[in-house]
Amino acid sequence: MGYAERNTWAQVITSIIAAAVYAAVLVRRLRIQATHEVQWVQPMLWTIGATIVAAILLSIGIGIVAGMINSDTEHRADLRDLEIDRFGNRIGQAFLLAGSLGALILAMVRADWFWIGNTLFAGLFLFAVVGGIARLIAYRRGFQ
Amino acid sequence: MTKPTRVTNSIREFRTSAGLTQIELAARIGVTRQTLIAIEKGKYSPSLEMAFQISRVLDTPLDHLFHYPDE
Repeated sequence: MGYAERNTWAQVITSIIAAAVYAAVLVRRLRIQATHEVQWVQPMLWTIGATIVAAILLSIGIGIVAGMINSDTEHRADLRDLEIDRFGNRIGQAFLLAGSLGALILAMVRADWFWIGNTLFAGLFLFAVVGGIARLIAYRRGFQ
Repeated sequence: MTKPTRVTNSIREFRTSAGLTQIELAARIGVTRQTLIAIEKGKYSPSLEMAFQISRVLDTPLDHLFHYPDE
């Protein structure tokens, strides 16, 4: 497994775990509070920050293990990685756009900030996860 | 996902004939070993420039390295 693929695995795994934890926290709060009372900003900031840090640490960890198993493991990306990265971004962008449009519509109808913020977050999350999964499929099944 | 390519190649055969390892050929054309493996397995179509680089390193004409089936 190459450097860029390892990073993609780390990004997808940490994004899914972080979003699941964030969703669990929100659902618990929504059971006892109305949406306009729920404190979502702090958990979301923690989720975004923790995801970035965890993805970096996990990628380093996988890189160390890969280096121990195979000393020829490379730590650089090349043209194919760049093309696969662009492909993943193109797939993920549809979700980013859907999240942004959804948030815009919610703002137009004066929905609660909770829904606007979380719609944008969902768009970002799907951009990262769906784009990442598309990259992993391209790495595993081939990319022409 | 992109359409599977009909282009096949004989890079592996010419590389082994030239006495080069995957790591050596990958280094000489400026890609990672994983990318060369993907090219040899037909899982990645190299750019035209990369194809010329492979052709030059292996001292083999392009149409000997890459094949496209007749209709």
